[in-house]
Amino acid sequence: MGRVLTTLIASFQEFVFLAGRAFLNLVRRPHYYTDVLLQMDIIGVGSIPIVVLTGFFSGAIIALQMSRALNTYGASSQVGSIVALTLVRELGPVLTALLVAGRNASGIASELGSMKVTEQIDAMRALGTDPVQKLVTPRLTATAVMLPCLTVVADSIGLFGAYLVAVPLLHIISGGSYWSSSWRALVLNDLTQGLVKPLLFGIIISLVGCFYGLRTTGGTQGVGRATTQAVVAASIWIFFVTFLIDKIFVNL
Amino acid sequence: MRFEDVWALRNVSLTLNPGETRIIFGAAGSGKTSLLKAVIGLVNPDEGEILLYGRNICCLKEEELFALRAHAGFLFQEGGLFDSLTIGENVEYPLTNRQSIEAHRDAPFGPDSPIEDPEQRVREALRFVELEHTFNQFPSEVSGGMRRRVGIARAIVTEPPLVLYDSPTAGLDPITANLIMALIAKERDTRNIASLIVTHRYQDAELMANFHYDAEAGELKPLEENDEASSQDGTKFIVMKEGEIVFFGSRREMESCEDEYVTKFIRRET
Repeated sequence: MGRVLTTLIASFQEFVFLAGRAFLNLVRRPHYYTDVLLQMDIIGVGSIPIVVLTGFFSGAIIALQMSRALNTYGASSQVGSIVALTLVRELGPVLTALLVAGRNASGIASELGSMKVTEQIDAMRALGTDPVQKLVTPRLTATAVMLPCLTVVADSIGLFGAYLVAVPLLHIISGGSYWSSSWRALVLNDLTQGLVKPLLFGIIISLVGCFYGLRTTGGTQGVGRATTQAVVAASIWIFFVTFLIDKIFVNL
Repeated sequence: MRFEDVWALRNVSLTLNPGETRIIFGAAGSGKTSLLKAVIGLVNPDEGEILLYGRNICCLKEEELFALRAHAGFLFQEGGLFDSLTIGENVEYPLTNRQSIEAHRDAPFGPDSPIEDPEQRVREALRFVELEHTFNQFPSEVSGGMRRRVGIARAIVTEPPLVLYDSPTAGLDPITANLIMALIAKERDTRNIASLIVTHRYQDAELMANFHYDAEAGELKPLEENDEASSQDGTKFIVMKEGEIVFFGSRREMESCEDEYVTKFIRRET
Protein backbone atom coordinates (compact mmCIF):
# COMPACT_ATOMS: atom_id res chain seq x y z
CA MET A 1 0.00 0.00 0.00
CA GLY A 2 2.78 2.38 1.02
CA ARG A 3 4.73 1.46 -2.10
CA VAL A 4 1.74 2.16 -4.38
CA LEU A 5 1.20 5.53 -2.70
CA THR A 6 4.88 6.42 -3.09
CA THR A 7 4.76 5.50 -6.79
CA LEU A 8 1.61 7.61 -7.27
CA ILE A 9 3.13 10.62 -5.55
CA ALA A 10 6.39 10.23 -7.52
CA SER A 11 4.40 10.02 -10.79
CA PHE A 12 2.41 13.12 -9.91
CA GLN A 13 5.60 14.96 -9.04
CA GLU A 14 7.08 13.93 -12.40
CA PHE A 15 3.91 15.17 -14.11
CA VAL A 16 4.13 18.53 -12.31
CA PHE A 17 7.80 18.91 -13.35
CA LEU A 18 6.91 18.15 -16.97
CA ALA A 19 4.02 20.63 -16.87
CA GLY A 20 6.27 23.27 -15.30
CA ARG A 21 8.92 22.85 -18.00
CA ALA A 22 6.31 22.88 -20.76
CA PHE A 23 4.84 26.17 -19.48
CA LEU A 24 8.28 27.69 -18.89
CA ASN A 25 9.18 26.92 -22.50
CA LEU A 26 6.33 29.16 -23.64
CA VAL A 27 8.56 32.12 -22.81
CA ARG A 28 11.86 30.45 -23.71
CA ARG A 29 13.45 30.30 -27.12
CA PRO A 30 13.75 28.61 -29.57
CA HIS A 31 10.04 28.42 -30.42
CA TYR A 32 8.87 25.78 -32.87
CA TYR A 33 6.03 27.68 -34.56
CA THR A 34 5.77 25.21 -37.46
CA ASP A 35 5.20 22.38 -35.01
CA VAL A 36 2.49 24.41 -33.22
CA LEU A 37 0.68 25.01 -36.53
CA LEU A 38 1.06 21.35 -37.51
CA GLN A 39 -0.39 20.21 -34.20
CA MET A 40 -3.24 22.75 -34.48
CA ASP A 41 -4.08 21.19 -37.82
CA ILE A 42 -3.91 17.62 -36.47
CA ILE A 43 -5.70 18.28 -33.18
CA GLY A 44 -8.07 21.08 -34.22
CA VAL A 45 -8.93 20.74 -37.89
CA GLY A 46 -8.63 16.95 -37.77
CA SER A 47 -11.18 16.74 -34.94
CA ILE A 48 -13.83 18.93 -36.60
CA PRO A 49 -15.84 16.12 -38.31
CA ILE A 50 -16.20 14.05 -35.14
CA VAL A 51 -16.94 17.15 -33.01
CA VAL A 52 -19.60 18.38 -35.49
CA LEU A 53 -21.34 15.00 -35.55
CA THR A 54 -21.26 14.55 -31.78
CA GLY A 55 -22.34 18.14 -31.14
CA PHE A 56 -25.25 17.85 -33.56
CA PHE A 57 -26.60 14.63 -32.06
CA SER A 58 -26.04 15.81 -28.47
CA GLY A 59 -28.20 18.89 -29.12
CA ALA A 60 -30.85 16.87 -30.97
CA ILE A 61 -31.05 14.26 -28.19
CA ILE A 62 -31.28 16.85 -25.41
CA ALA A 63 -34.09 18.59 -27.34
CA LEU A 64 -35.96 15.28 -27.79
CA GLN A 65 -35.65 14.28 -24.15
CA MET A 66 -36.30 17.74 -22.71
CA SER A 67 -39.30 18.49 -24.90
CA ARG A 68 -41.02 15.44 -23.42
CA ALA A 69 -40.13 16.32 -19.84
CA LEU A 70 -40.93 20.03 -20.25
CA ASN A 71 -44.25 19.19 -21.87
CA THR A 72 -45.31 17.51 -18.61
CA TYR A 73 -45.00 20.87 -16.84
CA GLY A 74 -46.36 22.86 -19.80
CA ALA A 75 -43.00 24.51 -20.30
CA SER A 76 -42.14 23.33 -23.83
CA SER A 77 -41.21 26.87 -24.82
CA GLN A 78 -38.18 26.65 -22.49
CA VAL A 79 -36.50 23.98 -24.62
CA GLY A 80 -34.14 26.54 -26.23
CA SER A 81 -32.84 27.87 -22.90
CA ILE A 82 -32.45 24.36 -21.43
CA VAL A 83 -30.46 23.16 -24.45
CA ALA A 84 -28.30 26.29 -24.47
CA LEU A 85 -27.48 26.08 -20.76
CA THR A 86 -26.79 22.34 -20.82
CA LEU A 87 -24.62 22.51 -23.92
CA VAL A 88 -22.64 25.66 -23.17
CA ARG A 89 -22.05 25.00 -19.48
CA GLU A 90 -21.52 21.26 -19.39
CA LEU A 91 -22.07 18.90 -22.27
CA GLY A 92 -20.31 20.89 -24.99
CA PRO A 93 -16.99 21.25 -23.14
CA VAL A 94 -17.03 17.79 -21.52
CA LEU A 95 -18.15 15.79 -24.57
CA THR A 96 -15.72 17.62 -26.87
CA ALA A 97 -12.90 17.13 -24.38
CA LEU A 98 -13.66 13.40 -24.03
CA LEU A 99 -13.68 13.00 -27.80
CA VAL A 100 -10.42 14.89 -28.19
CA ALA A 101 -8.95 12.89 -25.29
CA GLY A 102 -9.88 9.65 -27.04
CA ARG A 103 -8.54 10.87 -30.34
CA ASN A 104 -5.55 13.01 -29.40
CA ALA A 105 -4.34 12.02 -25.91
CA SER A 106 -4.01 8.51 -27.35
CA GLY A 107 -2.41 9.86 -30.54
CA ILE A 108 0.10 11.96 -28.63
CA ALA A 109 0.94 9.12 -26.20
CA SER A 110 1.43 6.57 -28.97
CA GLU A 111 3.50 8.95 -31.13
CA LEU A 112 5.79 10.01 -28.30
CA GLY A 113 5.84 6.47 -26.90
CA SER A 114 7.00 5.07 -30.24
CA MET A 115 9.67 7.77 -30.42
CA LYS A 116 10.79 6.86 -26.91
CA VAL A 117 11.14 3.12 -27.52
CA THR A 118 12.96 3.64 -30.83
CA GLU A 119 15.53 5.98 -29.19
CA GLN A 120 14.25 9.00 -31.14
CA ILE A 121 13.76 11.01 -27.92
CA ASP A 122 17.32 10.22 -26.81
CA ALA A 123 18.53 11.07 -30.32
CA MET A 124 16.75 14.41 -30.07
CA ARG A 125 18.47 15.15 -26.75
CA ALA A 126 21.81 13.98 -28.16
CA LEU A 127 21.42 16.38 -31.09
CA GLY A 128 20.88 19.25 -28.66
CA THR A 129 17.10 19.61 -28.83
CA ASP A 130 14.94 19.81 -25.72
CA PRO A 131 12.18 17.19 -26.30
CA VAL A 132 9.86 19.16 -24.01
CA GLN A 133 10.37 22.30 -26.09
CA LYS A 134 10.09 20.50 -29.41
CA LEU A 135 7.33 17.99 -28.64
CA VAL A 136 5.39 18.91 -25.48
CA THR A 137 5.06 22.71 -25.64
CA PRO A 138 3.71 22.79 -29.24
CA ARG A 139 1.12 20.13 -28.37
CA LEU A 140 0.19 22.00 -25.18
CA THR A 141 -0.24 25.30 -27.05
CA ALA A 142 -2.14 23.72 -29.94
CA THR A 143 -4.58 21.77 -27.74
CA ALA A 144 -5.16 24.68 -25.34
CA VAL A 145 -6.00 26.97 -28.29
CA MET A 146 -7.97 24.51 -30.41
CA LEU A 147 -10.15 22.84 -27.76
CA PRO A 148 -12.07 26.04 -26.86
CA CYS A 149 -12.58 26.64 -30.62
CA LEU A 150 -13.84 23.08 -31.08
CA THR A 151 -16.15 23.51 -28.10
CA VAL A 152 -17.66 26.67 -29.64
CA VAL A 153 -18.23 24.66 -32.85
CA ALA A 154 -19.81 21.77 -30.90
CA ASP A 155 -22.05 24.17 -28.93
CA SER A 156 -23.23 25.99 -32.08
CA ILE A 157 -23.90 22.78 -34.03
CA GLY A 158 -25.63 21.32 -30.95
CA LEU A 159 -27.96 24.32 -30.74
CA PHE A 160 -28.69 23.90 -34.43
CA GLY A 161 -29.42 20.18 -33.95
CA ALA A 162 -31.81 20.99 -31.10
CA TYR A 163 -33.46 23.65 -33.28
CA LEU A 164 -34.11 21.04 -36.02
CA VAL A 165 -35.77 18.75 -33.47
CA ALA A 166 -37.77 21.41 -31.59
CA VAL A 167 -38.92 23.50 -34.55
CA PRO A 168 -39.33 21.59 -37.87
CA LEU A 169 -39.67 18.11 -36.34
CA LEU A 170 -41.77 18.47 -33.16
CA HIS A 171 -43.26 21.96 -33.80
CA ILE A 172 -43.22 22.75 -30.06
CA ILE A 173 -41.86 26.27 -30.49
CA SER A 174 -41.32 28.80 -33.28
CA GLY A 175 -37.85 29.37 -34.70
CA GLY A 176 -37.67 32.98 -33.46
CA SER A 177 -38.70 32.02 -29.92
CA TYR A 178 -36.20 29.13 -29.85
CA TRP A 179 -33.22 31.31 -30.77
CA SER A 180 -34.23 34.24 -28.56
CA SER A 181 -34.83 31.99 -25.51
CA SER A 182 -31.51 30.25 -26.12
CA TRP A 183 -29.66 33.56 -26.33
CA ARG A 184 -31.43 35.12 -23.33
CA ALA A 185 -30.72 32.07 -21.14
CA LEU A 186 -26.97 32.55 -21.35
CA VAL A 187 -25.21 34.98 -19.03
CA LEU A 188 -21.51 35.91 -18.79
CA ASN A 189 -20.95 33.29 -16.07
CA ASP A 190 -22.12 30.51 -18.45
CA LEU A 191 -19.98 31.68 -21.34
CA THR A 192 -16.91 32.07 -19.11
CA GLN A 193 -17.45 28.59 -17.69
CA GLY A 194 -17.96 27.22 -21.18
CA LEU A 195 -14.60 28.61 -22.32
CA VAL A 196 -12.49 28.14 -19.17
CA LYS A 197 -13.32 24.45 -19.03
CA PRO A 198 -12.05 23.54 -22.53
CA LEU A 199 -8.93 25.63 -21.96
CA LEU A 200 -8.10 23.58 -18.84
CA PHE A 201 -9.17 20.33 -20.52
CA GLY A 202 -6.86 21.12 -23.45
CA ILE A 203 -3.94 21.58 -21.07
CA ILE A 204 -4.80 18.32 -19.28
CA ILE A 205 -5.24 16.26 -22.47
CA SER A 206 -1.96 17.37 -24.04
CA LEU A 207 0.13 17.09 -20.87
CA VAL A 208 -1.31 13.71 -19.89
CA GLY A 209 -0.74 12.38 -23.42
CA CYS A 210 2.84 13.68 -23.46
CA PHE A 211 3.53 12.45 -19.91
CA TYR A 212 2.51 8.86 -20.61
CA GLY A 213 4.20 8.93 -24.02
CA LEU A 214 7.54 10.15 -22.66
CA ARG A 215 7.65 7.60 -19.83
CA THR A 216 6.91 4.65 -22.13
CA THR A 217 9.06 1.56 -21.58
CA GLY A 218 8.86 -1.98 -22.87
CA GLY A 219 8.62 -1.84 -26.67
CA THR A 220 5.39 -1.93 -28.64
CA GLN A 221 3.47 -3.44 -25.74
CA GLY A 222 4.56 -0.46 -23.66
CA VAL A 223 3.29 1.93 -26.34
CA GLY A 224 -0.15 0.27 -26.21
CA ARG A 225 -0.16 0.46 -22.41
CA ALA A 226 0.85 4.15 -22.44
CA THR A 227 -1.92 4.95 -24.94
CA THR A 228 -4.61 3.30 -22.82
CA GLN A 229 -3.33 4.90 -19.62
CA ALA A 230 -3.30 8.33 -21.27
CA VAL A 231 -6.95 8.12 -22.38
CA VAL A 232 -8.15 6.76 -19.03
CA ALA A 233 -6.19 9.31 -16.99
CA ALA A 234 -7.22 12.23 -19.22
CA SER A 235 -10.90 11.23 -19.01
CA ILE A 236 -10.81 10.92 -15.22
CA TRP A 237 -9.06 14.30 -14.91
CA ILE A 238 -11.68 15.89 -17.19
CA PHE A 239 -14.51 14.77 -14.90
CA PHE A 240 -12.61 15.76 -11.77
CA VAL A 241 -11.77 19.23 -13.10
CA THR A 242 -15.29 19.86 -14.40
CA PHE A 243 -16.60 19.04 -10.92
CA LEU A 244 -14.15 21.51 -9.36
CA ILE A 245 -15.03 24.27 -11.83
CA ASP A 246 -18.76 23.69 -11.36
CA LYS A 247 -18.25 23.99 -7.61
CA ILE A 248 -16.39 27.29 -8.06
CA PHE A 249 -18.82 28.79 -10.60
CA VAL A 250 -21.98 27.70 -8.77
CA ASN A 251 -20.79 29.72 -5.77
CA LEU A 252 -20.03 32.83 -7.87
CA MET B 1 26.23 5.53 -11.47
CA ARG B 2 23.45 3.16 -10.37
CA PHE B 3 20.16 2.03 -11.86
CA GLU B 4 18.19 1.09 -8.76
CA ASP B 5 20.50 -1.37 -6.95
CA VAL B 6 22.70 -2.25 -9.91
CA TRP B 7 25.96 -0.45 -10.69
CA ALA B 8 25.85 0.80 -14.29
CA LEU B 9 29.26 2.49 -14.10
CA ARG B 10 31.83 2.35 -11.31
CA ASN B 11 35.41 3.68 -11.01
CA VAL B 12 35.51 4.66 -14.68
CA SER B 13 38.20 7.14 -15.74
CA LEU B 14 38.87 7.98 -19.35
CA THR B 15 40.40 10.79 -21.43
CA LEU B 16 39.88 11.33 -25.14
CA ASN B 17 41.87 13.86 -27.19
CA PRO B 18 41.43 14.99 -30.81
CA GLY B 19 42.37 12.29 -33.32
CA GLU B 20 42.24 9.54 -30.68
CA THR B 21 40.03 6.47 -30.82
CA ARG B 22 38.74 4.42 -27.91
CA ILE B 23 37.04 1.12 -28.68
CA ILE B 24 34.88 -0.35 -25.96
CA PHE B 25 34.09 -4.05 -25.62
CA GLY B 26 31.93 -5.71 -23.01
CA ALA B 27 29.13 -8.18 -22.44
CA ALA B 28 25.51 -7.01 -22.61
CA GLY B 29 24.70 -4.89 -19.55
CA SER B 30 28.36 -4.13 -18.81
CA GLY B 31 27.77 -0.36 -19.03
CA LYS B 32 29.06 0.41 -22.55
CA THR B 33 26.03 2.39 -23.72
CA SER B 34 25.68 4.06 -20.30
CA LEU B 35 29.29 5.24 -20.62
CA LEU B 36 28.62 6.66 -24.09
CA LYS B 37 25.44 8.39 -22.92
CA ALA B 38 27.20 9.77 -19.84
CA VAL B 39 29.85 11.44 -22.01
CA ILE B 40 27.27 13.90 -23.39
CA GLY B 41 25.12 14.02 -20.27
CA LEU B 42 22.19 11.89 -21.48
CA VAL B 43 22.53 10.09 -18.14
CA ASN B 44 24.07 11.64 -15.03
CA PRO B 45 26.55 10.01 -12.66
CA ASP B 46 25.80 9.96 -8.93
CA GLU B 47 29.42 10.87 -8.19
CA GLY B 48 32.48 12.08 -10.08
CA GLU B 49 32.79 14.48 -12.96
CA ILE B 50 32.62 14.42 -16.74
CA LEU B 51 34.48 17.09 -18.69
CA LEU B 52 33.19 17.72 -22.20
CA TYR B 53 35.24 20.26 -24.15
CA GLY B 54 36.69 21.30 -20.79
CA ARG B 55 33.34 21.95 -19.07
CA ASN B 56 32.09 19.84 -16.19
CA ILE B 57 28.73 18.74 -17.56
CA CYS B 58 27.60 17.30 -14.22
CA CYS B 59 27.13 20.88 -12.95
CA LEU B 60 25.21 22.05 -16.01
CA LYS B 61 21.46 22.30 -16.38
CA GLU B 62 19.80 20.28 -19.13
CA GLU B 63 19.19 23.53 -21.10
CA GLU B 64 22.90 24.39 -20.99
CA LEU B 65 23.80 20.88 -22.13
CA PHE B 66 21.83 21.17 -25.37
CA ALA B 67 24.29 23.68 -26.83
CA LEU B 68 27.26 21.45 -25.89
CA ARG B 69 25.62 18.30 -27.23
CA ALA B 70 25.03 20.02 -30.55
CA HIS B 71 28.84 19.93 -30.94
CA ALA B 72 29.10 16.16 -30.57
CA GLY B 73 27.92 13.46 -32.97
CA PHE B 74 26.12 10.39 -31.65
CA LEU B 75 25.24 7.29 -33.64
CA PHE B 76 22.54 5.25 -31.92
CA GLN B 77 22.48 1.47 -32.16
CA GLU B 78 19.43 1.48 -34.43
CA GLY B 79 20.31 4.82 -36.02
CA GLY B 80 17.78 6.78 -33.91
CA LEU B 81 16.41 8.42 -37.07
CA PHE B 82 13.18 10.45 -36.92
CA ASP B 83 10.78 8.24 -38.86
CA SER B 84 8.39 11.06 -39.76
CA LEU B 85 11.16 12.99 -41.55
CA THR B 86 12.79 12.09 -44.86
CA ILE B 87 16.43 11.02 -44.86
CA GLY B 88 17.43 14.45 -46.20
CA GLU B 89 15.47 16.19 -43.42
CA ASN B 90 16.98 13.84 -40.83
CA VAL B 91 20.51 14.73 -41.88
CA GLU B 92 19.66 18.44 -42.11
CA TYR B 93 18.15 18.46 -38.60
CA PRO B 94 21.43 18.91 -36.63
CA LEU B 95 22.45 21.80 -38.92
CA THR B 96 19.26 23.84 -38.49
CA ASN B 97 18.96 22.82 -34.85
CA ARG B 98 22.47 23.97 -33.95
CA GLN B 99 21.91 27.29 -35.65
CA SER B 100 18.61 27.88 -33.87
CA ILE B 101 20.19 27.00 -30.49
CA GLU B 102 23.16 29.27 -31.03
CA ALA B 103 21.01 32.13 -32.21
CA HIS B 104 19.24 32.14 -28.84
CA ARG B 105 21.62 30.74 -26.24
CA ASP B 106 25.26 31.24 -25.28
CA ALA B 107 27.19 29.26 -27.84
CA PRO B 108 30.04 27.28 -26.21
CA PHE B 109 32.32 27.79 -29.23
CA GLY B 110 31.10 31.21 -30.25
CA PRO B 111 28.36 31.76 -32.82
CA ASP B 112 28.38 29.53 -35.88
CA SER B 113 28.76 31.17 -39.24
CA PRO B 114 25.46 30.71 -41.08
CA ILE B 115 25.41 27.83 -43.52
CA GLU B 116 24.69 29.26 -46.92
CA ASP B 117 23.45 26.10 -48.56
CA PRO B 118 22.36 23.51 -45.97
CA GLU B 119 21.05 21.16 -48.67
CA GLN B 120 24.51 21.06 -50.23
CA ARG B 121 26.03 20.12 -46.84
CA VAL B 122 23.39 17.44 -46.36
CA ARG B 123 24.05 16.01 -49.81
CA GLU B 124 27.81 16.02 -49.10
CA ALA B 125 27.25 14.10 -45.84
CA LEU B 126 25.00 11.60 -47.61
CA ARG B 127 27.52 11.27 -50.44
CA PHE B 128 30.16 10.50 -47.79
CA VAL B 129 28.14 7.45 -46.72
CA GLU B 130 27.27 6.71 -50.38
CA LEU B 131 23.54 7.29 -49.90
CA GLU B 132 22.85 10.56 -51.74
CA HIS B 133 20.16 8.82 -53.80
CA THR B 134 18.04 8.22 -50.66
CA PHE B 135 17.65 11.99 -49.98
CA ASN B 136 13.85 12.01 -50.41
CA GLN B 137 13.14 8.57 -48.98
CA PHE B 138 11.86 7.85 -45.48
CA PRO B 139 13.95 5.77 -43.02
CA SER B 140 11.38 2.96 -43.16
CA GLU B 141 12.00 2.60 -46.91
CA VAL B 142 15.68 1.67 -46.60
CA SER B 143 17.53 -1.30 -45.06
CA GLY B 144 18.91 -1.49 -41.50
CA GLY B 145 22.49 -1.04 -42.72
CA MET B 146 21.51 2.00 -44.77
CA ARG B 147 19.73 3.51 -41.75
CA ARG B 148 22.93 3.05 -39.76
CA ARG B 149 24.87 4.86 -42.53
CA VAL B 150 22.30 7.68 -42.55
CA GLY B 151 22.84 7.84 -38.77
CA ILE B 152 26.57 8.34 -39.43
CA ALA B 153 25.79 11.10 -41.95
CA ARG B 154 23.57 12.82 -39.38
CA ALA B 155 26.25 12.45 -36.68
CA ILE B 156 28.98 14.06 -38.81
CA VAL B 157 27.06 16.65 -40.87
CA THR B 158 27.92 19.45 -38.42
CA GLU B 159 31.58 18.32 -38.46
CA PRO B 160 31.76 17.81 -34.67
CA PRO B 161 35.16 17.32 -32.99
CA LEU B 162 33.82 14.27 -31.12
CA VAL B 163 31.69 11.41 -32.46
CA LEU B 164 30.27 8.57 -30.34
CA TYR B 165 29.25 5.34 -32.05
CA ASP B 166 27.01 2.87 -30.21
CA SER B 167 27.38 -0.59 -31.77
CA PRO B 168 27.56 0.68 -35.36
CA THR B 169 27.86 -2.84 -36.80
CA ALA B 170 25.52 -4.81 -34.51
CA GLY B 171 23.28 -7.20 -36.39
CA LEU B 172 24.69 -6.37 -39.83
CA ASP B 173 26.20 -8.63 -42.46
CA PRO B 174 30.05 -8.57 -42.66
CA ILE B 175 30.11 -6.60 -45.93
CA THR B 176 27.89 -3.76 -44.61
CA ALA B 177 29.69 -3.87 -41.23
CA ASN B 178 33.08 -3.43 -42.91
CA LEU B 179 31.72 -0.61 -45.06
CA ILE B 180 30.43 1.21 -41.97
CA MET B 181 33.71 0.79 -40.09
CA ALA B 182 35.60 2.03 -43.16
CA LEU B 183 33.40 5.14 -43.13
CA ILE B 184 34.10 5.69 -39.43
CA ALA B 185 37.87 5.37 -40.00
CA LYS B 186 37.60 7.69 -43.01
CA GLU B 187 35.79 10.32 -40.91
CA ARG B 188 38.38 10.01 -38.12
CA ASP B 189 41.37 10.40 -40.43
CA THR B 190 39.89 13.08 -42.70
CA ARG B 191 39.06 15.51 -39.90
CA ASN B 192 41.27 14.24 -37.03
CA ILE B 193 38.24 13.81 -34.75
CA ALA B 194 37.98 11.98 -31.43
CA SER B 195 35.98 8.75 -31.70
CA LEU B 196 34.46 6.57 -28.99
CA ILE B 197 33.18 3.30 -30.41
CA VAL B 198 31.19 0.54 -28.74
CA THR B 199 31.38 -2.73 -30.62
CA HIS B 200 31.16 -6.49 -30.20
CA ARG B 201 33.26 -7.31 -33.25
CA TYR B 202 37.01 -7.53 -32.79
CA GLN B 203 37.44 -7.04 -36.55
CA ASP B 204 35.99 -3.52 -36.17
CA ALA B 205 38.62 -2.64 -33.60
CA GLU B 206 41.41 -4.18 -35.69
CA LEU B 207 40.32 -2.11 -38.66
CA MET B 208 40.36 1.10 -36.64
CA ALA B 209 43.81 0.25 -35.18
CA ASN B 210 45.53 -1.12 -38.28
CA PHE B 211 44.17 0.96 -41.13
CA HIS B 212 44.13 4.60 -42.06
CA TYR B 213 42.29 6.52 -44.75
CA ASP B 214 44.51 7.64 -47.60
CA ALA B 215 42.85 10.77 -48.95
CA GLU B 216 44.92 10.74 -52.16
CA ALA B 217 44.10 7.15 -53.02
CA GLY B 218 40.57 7.57 -51.68
CA GLU B 219 40.67 4.27 -49.78
CA LEU B 220 41.73 2.63 -46.53
CA LYS B 221 45.30 1.39 -46.40
CA PRO B 222 47.13 -0.77 -43.84
CA LEU B 223 49.47 1.15 -41.56
CA GLU B 224 53.23 0.86 -42.02
CA GLU B 225 55.37 -0.46 -39.16
CA ASN B 226 56.18 3.07 -37.85
CA ASP B 227 52.65 4.32 -38.29
CA GLU B 228 51.34 1.28 -36.47
CA ALA B 229 53.40 2.20 -33.41
CA SER B 230 51.84 5.67 -33.33
CA SER B 231 48.42 4.13 -33.89
CA GLN B 232 48.96 2.02 -30.77
CA ASP B 233 49.06 5.31 -28.87
CA GLY B 234 46.06 6.87 -30.57
CA THR B 235 43.80 3.82 -30.63
CA LYS B 236 43.17 2.16 -27.29
CA PHE B 237 40.98 -0.82 -26.48
CA ILE B 238 38.76 -0.90 -23.42
CA VAL B 239 36.98 -3.91 -21.95
CA MET B 240 34.13 -3.36 -19.50
CA LYS B 241 32.59 -5.76 -17.01
CA GLU B 242 29.71 -4.99 -14.65
CA GLY B 243 30.19 -1.24 -15.02
CA GLU B 244 33.97 -1.24 -14.51
CA ILE B 245 36.90 -0.98 -16.89
CA VAL B 246 38.79 -4.27 -16.57
CA PHE B 247 41.22 -3.67 -19.41
CA PHE B 248 42.69 -0.55 -21.01
CA GLY B 249 45.50 -0.76 -23.53
CA SER B 250 46.66 -1.09 -27.12
CA ARG B 251 45.65 -3.86 -29.52
CA ARG B 252 48.90 -5.74 -28.87
CA GLU B 253 48.48 -5.47 -25.12
CA MET B 254 44.94 -6.79 -25.39
CA GLU B 255 46.02 -9.70 -27.58
CA SER B 256 48.70 -10.67 -25.09
CA CYS B 257 46.35 -10.32 -22.11
CA GLU B 258 45.76 -13.57 -20.25
CA ASP B 259 42.53 -12.52 -18.50
CA GLU B 260 39.82 -15.03 -19.34
CA TYR B 261 37.08 -12.38 -19.69
CA VAL B 262 39.20 -10.12 -21.92
CA THR B 263 40.31 -12.92 -24.22
CA LYS B 264 36.68 -13.76 -25.02
CA PHE B 265 36.45 -10.57 -27.09
CA ILE B 266 39.53 -11.33 -29.21
CA ARG B 267 39.19 -13.12 -32.51
CA ARG B 268 41.79 -15.86 -32.46
CA GLU B 269 43.18 -17.12 -35.74
CA THR B 270 42.85 -20.91 -35.87
